Amino acid sequence: MMASTQADTRVNGPARAVHSPAGLSLGLGRLFLRYPILSRVVSLGLFFLAWEIAGRVPISYAFPTFFDTAYAFGTMIADGSLISAYGSTLQPLVIGIAISGVVGIVLGIVMGLSRMAEWLVAPLFIVLQSAPMAALIPLITFVYGIGLAAKTLAVIMLALPVIVLNGYKAVRNANPSLVAMCYSFQGTRLQQITKVIIPDASPVIFAGLRLGLAAGFIGVILAELLITPTGIGDLITYHRSVANYAEMYAAVVSIILVSTVTLAALEAFEVRVLRPEKRRG
Amino acid sequence: MTMSDAVFNIEKDVPADAVVEVRGICKKYGEVEALRNIDLDFPRGKLTTLLGPSGCGKTTLLKIIAGLIEPSAGEVRVNGRPVTGPGPERAFVFQDFALMPWATVMRNVAFGLELKGMGKAERQSIAAKYIAEVGLSGFEDKYPHELSGGMRQRVGLARAFAVNAEVLLLDEPFSAVDEQNRRKFQEDLLRLVEKERKTFIFVTHSIEEAVYVSDRIVLLSRRPGRVSQIIEPKIDRTASPDAIRRDQGYLDTVEEIWQGLKHYVD
Repeated sequence: MMASTQADTRVNGPARAVHSPAGLSLGLGRLFLRYPILSRVVSLGLFFLAWEIAGRVPISYAFPTFFDTAYAFGTMIADGSLISAYGSTLQPLVIGIAISGVVGIVLGIVMGLSRMAEWLVAPLFIVLQSAPMAALIPLITFVYGIGLAAKTLAVIMLALPVIVLNGYKAVRNANPSLVAMCYSFQGTRLQQITKVIIPDASPVIFAGLRLGLAAGFIGVILAELLITPTGIGDLITYHRSVANYAEMYAAVVSIILVSTVTLAALEAFEVRVLRPEKRRG
Repeated sequence: MTMSDAVFNIEKDVPADAVVEVRGICKKYGEVEALRNIDLDFPRGKLTTLLGPSGCGKTTLLKIIAGLIEPSAGEVRVNGRPVTGPGPERAFVFQDFALMPWATVMRNVAFGLELKGMGKAERQSIAAKYIAEVGLSGFEDKYPHELSGGMRQRVGLARAFAVNAEVLLLDEPFSAVDEQNRRKFQEDLLRLVEKERKTFIFVTHSIEEAVYVSDRIVLLSRRPGRVSQIIEPKIDRTASPDAIRRDQGYLDTVEEIWQGLKHYVD
């Protein structure tokens, strides 16, 4: 009985309440279920409201209100300082993420497929992942100076381990039943890898890519704060030094914004290209 | 244990036309002996069931026949040729369906043909035929998670039919399907056995299921698995499904097998 009930639920979709005696609260819940974007907007709105109140109290002289920050954000876009800052911040980020993405995914897949590669490479990345990167960044400047190479390297050092390790675990844990299925229908090893293992591993590989991208943002900001103040790191340092706290917060918020949008774009790409079934239900 | 000859026909001689011959198969996992010295013949065009208590190695034997597991000793021959791995004359239906969640019903059913390098139009027209045959027309563009358990296994069955293998190996295909769907599926399977005229080797732990669908039932003993008995239920398959389930021969066979297996269960 249980099994059949579950099966029916799966076919017909989740059971819906037709009449809700609870009225408003349930109605609101249903509204959020139907339009998930709405709940996100409300959640953000509540956060901004709390921010505005905290800024007006004020909890600290150095804590601007939400509207001051938003205004500062607007003027920094208008005078071009934010845009030009991103011009220099994104350069090491994009190069570093591109290298980490390609190298990390390839290395991860190879390690997942071959025990030999796993023994050779896995320990290095496990150590790297647990190392305190902020402490290593000054060492980079000794070797690579204070230019683009050092900042790109900072991005790679933070992004690469998580991408490699996720790819490796994803491939290693590919559904053995699907692999056996492919083998039983006389699929070659190459077909097994390209048609079964990689698509099956792709959600976890992409989770690694998203984490790597987030780590890359941390890496580039750390580099700009610790190595040489350029780009967005410079904006933060500068506005802090002259006590323009609204501008400083606007710069910080802008990073969060850019990073969120990039991650969402990556997720949309994954669903569209690799896992079409996730678009439905 | 007494058996009336009207119900049972215990085979001692080897059938003349065996598609699959199992000779002296043993399988050990380390110290654990899963199968001991199995000798079996699977006659062409029949549905043979491997039945036994859990842990008797029936799935292991099926996977050895499929070429998915290597035996520790012995040999399997299909049409006289020794098995060294999976081959085009055998197709496997998995207990957990083994459907690719990112692929539609159409792509899943056509996957065996896709692996052989057949063109898209050709393989899709073949797949469409078998999708219709298992009763899934209209679901070609659905993804597995949008189907019920029973429908998912129909996809697995259609995929095995699509490669046009002589021997279909079914590993407890209905164990993850709920009871009502299972009955319907068993009836459909009998219809397909009739229509496709292939050799089926079927693993199940359900006595009723075995008696209902099988031409021959091979009873395996508890670990280490050995052939303890071969039974041919004498049931009139032209009768309606409901009549078969009430048939005295059917009920007697179920009871006799239960009596034979009971002492393994504690």
